Order: sequence, then C-alpha cells, then structure tokens
Amino acid sequence: MSEKNNHAYWQANLRLMLVLLVIWFSVSFLAGIIFVDFLNQFRLYGYKLGFWFSQQGAIYFFVLLIFVYSWRMNALDKKFGVDEE
Amino acid sequence: MSAQLLTYLFVGASFTLYIGIAIWSRSSSTKEFYVAGGHVSPIANGAATAADWMSAASFLSMAGIIAFEGADGARYLMGWTGGYVLLALLLAPYLRKFSKFTVPDFVGDRYYSQTARLVAVVCVIFISFTYVAGQMRGVGIVFSRFLEVDINTGVIIGMGIVFFYAVLGGMKGITYTQVAQYCVLIFAYLVPAIYISIALTGNPLPMFGLGSTMVDGSGVYLLDKLDGLTTELGMAAFTSGNKSTIDMLFITAALMAGTAGLPHVIVRFFTVPKVRDARISAGYALVFIALLYTTAPAVAAFARMNIINNVDGMTYEDAPSWFSKWEDSGLIAWRDKNDDGVVQYRGGNALQPSKPAFTGERGSSGERLLGNSSSAGENELYIDRDIIVLAHPEIAQLPNWVIALVAAGGLAAALSTAAGLLLVISSAVSHDLLKKTFKPEITERQELLFARIAAAVAIGIAGLFGIYPPGFVAEVVAFAFGLAAASFFPVLLLGIFYKRMNKEAAITGMLTGLVFTFAYIAYFKFVSPADNNPDHWWFGISPEGIGTLGMLANFLVSLTVCRFTPPPPAEIQALVENIRVPS
Repeated sequence: MSEKNNHAYWQANLRLMLVLLVIWFSVSFLAGIIFVDFLNQFRLYGYKLGFWFSQQGAIYFFVLLIFVYSWRMNALDKKFGVDEE
Repeated sequence: MSAQLLTYLFVGASFTLYIGIAIWSRSSSTKEFYVAGGHVSPIANGAATAADWMSAASFLSMAGIIAFEGADGARYLMGWTGGYVLLALLLAPYLRKFSKFTVPDFVGDRYYSQTARLVAVVCVIFISFTYVAGQMRGVGIVFSRFLEVDINTGVIIGMGIVFFYAVLGGMKGITYTQVAQYCVLIFAYLVPAIYISIALTGNPLPMFGLGSTMVDGSGVYLLDKLDGLTTELGMAAFTSGNKSTIDMLFITAALMAGTAGLPHVIVRFFTVPKVRDARISAGYALVFIALLYTTAPAVAAFARMNIINNVDGMTYEDAPSWFSKWEDSGLIAWRDKNDDGVVQYRGGNALQPSKPAFTGERGSSGERLLGNSSSAGENELYIDRDIIVLAHPEIAQLPNWVIALVAAGGLAAALSTAAGLLLVISSAVSHDLLKKTFKPEITERQELLFARIAAAVAIGIAGLFGIYPPGFVAEVVAFAFGLAAASFFPVLLLGIFYKRMNKEAAITGMLTGLVFTFAYIAYFKFVSPADNNPDHWWFGISPEGIGTLGMLANFLVSLTVCRFTPPPPAEIQALVENIRVPS
C-alpha cells in the first residue's frame, strides 16, 4: 500500500479515536466525578443521575464505545484496503 | 445436604473440570506456551481475559468496599472497566500486529535497547508478584472458611491445581481453563444477586433492581430507603461520597491507565489470530466484566440494607448462626457498650483501634470479649468488609447450594488470575531474560523447558507468599496499578503514537515514573504512615492515585528528553509505520 494511503488511514483512525475518547472522558470523569453532585439533582428511575453514571452508566458506555470502535475500524480497514483478508 | 458437603462437591467438580481441560490442551511449542499458538477465538479470549482480570479482589472484596463506602466505590467500578477502552483503542490492536510474545519484547524491540527490555522485565516481575501474593492468600481464605481446612493446606491445594495446568498447558491450558473459570465465577456471582434482588425489589436483574422500588409495597425506591436508613443511624448517606474530587479523579485515572498497562492483560491480546480480533475481543472481555461490575454495586446496596435490617436492634442471644460463625473467625465483633444485650449498629468505628483484638473470654450475652478500648460513638458493631460477598447469601437465608456455589466462584476468580500472572512471570524469565538476553543460543525445546521450570518456581514463590503473607499485602497491591500506570502505559502509548520517541526518552521516562510513584507510596505506607492523610498529600492526592501523577511525570520527561536526543533509526520508524496498519 502507498505511504499516502496509509497516512490517510491513520488520520481517519485518529479522528475516530478522538471522538470516542471525548465520550469516554465525559461519561466517567465529567459525569461520574466532576459534575456528580450537579447531576445528582436529576433522577433516572430510582437512581440519582450522577450516581447512576458513576456506578452503572459509565460502564455501559464503555462497552458501547469499544464495539463502535471495532465496527468503524473494520469499515475503515476495508475502505483503505488495509484489512487482513 | 449441608452447605459444607455441597461446597466439597462443587469445588471438587470445578477442579476436576479444570484438570480435564489442562490435559486436553497441553502445549508443545513455545508459541503455544506463551500465546496459545495465536489461535484463540475473540469470544473465548474475551472470557479468558475477564477471568484473568477479575481477581479475588473483584469477586470477594469489591462489593464489600462499595457496601461500606457507597458512592466512593465508583472509583473501582469506573477505573477497572474504563481501562479497557484505552486498551482497545490505544494499545491492543497495535501490539497484536507487532506479534511477539511478551510486553518486554515490545519495549526491547521498539526502543532498540536491551536496557529498556531489562527495565521492563523488572517491572513485569515486580508488578505480577505483588498481585499474585494476594490471590494465593484469597485461595487459602476461601478454603479455610468454607471447607474448614487450614489456610496453608488450602494454599498448597491451590498451588497444586495451578501447577498442573500452568506448567503443563502454558498459555493454551490457562486460556481454556480461564474460559471455564469465567463461567463458574459469573454464575456464582449472579445467582445469589438475582435471588436477593427478587427478594428485595421483585426485579430479577440486580443491576436494574438497584434502581427499583422496594417490594414491601411502600413504593419507595431502594436507594432512597437506604439513604434514609443510613442517615437515620448516623452514617454517611449511601449515595453520597466522602473523597475529594481531585483524589477521585486521580485514583480513577490511575486504575484505568494501570489496567491498560498491566502485562498479564495485554499479553492476552497476543493470543488472537488477527488485529480486528484484538479490537472486538476487548469488547467481549468488557461485556463479560461488565456483567459482574454492574451487579457489584447492587450486591453492595442489598447487603448494606440486609445487614442494617437484620442486625440493628437484634438481641445477641437470638443472633442467627452466621453472626456467631463470622464472629468466631474474627470478622465480626460486638461490644455491648450500654449493657442491654442488643446490638446497636450506628455510624463511626465501634472500637479503638478499629480492628478487633479478642481476649479469648466470653461476655454476659456470650459474645467474644475484646481488648480494644471503646470509641466515643454509640456504634457497637465491627464488620469486616471482606465478608460481604461470602456472608450475604447466609444473611439473606439463601439455600445451601447457593452458599456452596459462592465458594467455588471465589476459588475460580483467584486461581484464574494467579495462573495468568504466573505465566507472565515465567515468560519474562525464559523468553526475555534467557532467550533474548543472556542465553540466545538455547533451542526452542530448551526454552520451553526453561519456561516450565520458571512457571514452577514462580508458583512455589507465590505459594510461600500465601503461606507467610508479608504484613503489607494489601498495601502493595496499590503499587501494582500505580506502577503499571506510571511505567508501562506511557512507554507503550508513545511507542505507537509518537514515531520520534527514542530509547533515551523511554528509559528515563519509565525510571522517572517508577521511582517517583514508588517513593511516594513507600513514604506514606512504610516510612511515615502517620502522615498518610490529606493534610500531607501533594495536591490532596492519596498514594492510591499517585500513579496518575507519576504517569504525567513520565510523559513530561519522555517528551523533553526526546527533543534533545537523536531520533530512532529508520528501521524502527518503519516498524512503527507497520504496526499502525493491520495488513
């Protein structure tokens, strides 16, 4: 594969990664810790919202993030012709 | 059948299963011994990673910590799961493409330096031994509590089992045993949680039961009721936290980066066939882990409520059998401060110092007398956090087979983690020290033999740690994460994402992170434990969270040194280009 193609693939990977890591940071460090008291005034069923993020929600988001990354990267692999098949 | 008999039956059956798998999956080459031949399916690897990762601490201790700390327990829940996002996005696919056997392998090759490799080997061995000591102790404790054998006998039985499948099967044997162990441990964790969730909230899924209303018809949400109960008794409300925001941030970050940098977790991603498998496998691993981690806070809240409801205001003479059983093993203690024969459970420590010291005599109600002095508050009860998971099924009066199941699950969690760690130690010795450094002339057969010998020796040493536990096991576990975060994580990350990163920067960076983190923890844990409080911590960061600062120091030093030293050779830059692309 050409160097230019690989470079473009890498840039696309970095962009995807950046978006997902921003979400990763937001659901855990922001929602679960920094803004936990603020969010605790809202409710989600029997949970205070901040408490839900820190003990349940963040984990669900983490799982989702990895599957989205895996799915999008497989598409990028194909698009740039760098998949392993 | 009695719980005791059932426990023997379940533990015996699970051990037979593990041994059977070990015989079926023997290793015959170094590639099979180190990375299971690279043929493990992503789902199997996910389950094995989950079992590898969830140790006795996750299974036995975490829910207990959350039960008593409430909201602050979130640092473990987020820290020990969020690290997988870092692993899947930033490390696993690229290390899989690099396709070698160990983490020091990557460090040595990427930084074209035997010194860097040796520093990495030292880190791997130190991190893994601190971790494994706790697992062996966990095995001994489960044996002694449930099967009423001596702790040392328990440790030796555990060593024997691990010896059998780790030495014989290497990574291949360990991987498939871990898949079985995952099934045992998750079943053992979920069954009692589901029972209790139905009993308290009517919701069969504990993670949703936690957010449901009580089944007593009051229509009150469980967490609100628990907040009410705890504040009424003068304790901190369950859903409120005590720790400072900055400390929570730093501890959570250290656990996340530490998770992503732990060698026994990383090496699991060398066992799958392709780069795309490494990505999705991290996802499966986290699904399997999340099943336990989203259940743990529910178990914690249910246990706290059951304990308050069952124990506070109970007459000691009418206490259920679990109460006196755990009192006999020293994990529950009661001092009748007001001589009314009734247990008062309130906020604050009951005793001073807080751990009970029994005198060997009995008081007027039949309770074990204590040598401690009383603390000022009204609280009369000491409960060790570690009993929450083990005792809860008894407290909630679940059937005997559920109680027996928990013992088998705890053993599965401890054994699977111990085996993964021991393999990492043995491959660091036979592959990185012998083959790659001191005795490059050995054949593959000899290397495999050395790997088996190293695994056997490592098991022996780990067993000794279990039998003669250094008094500071709990303290040093904090080291493992802090050190992994401060040493490996930045070196691996920069090695992939920063082509200009060179060996001078990597070595100085690793040493900076290592020495700084080690010194800070050692100072507060061993040199001057009396100062271990927020007034003396830097920026209010506890030793638990200092790995994050060590990691930042590592990044800073690496990037600075890198600017003033020559770039890596062209073939290393080409290597970095190569691992960034799957094909």
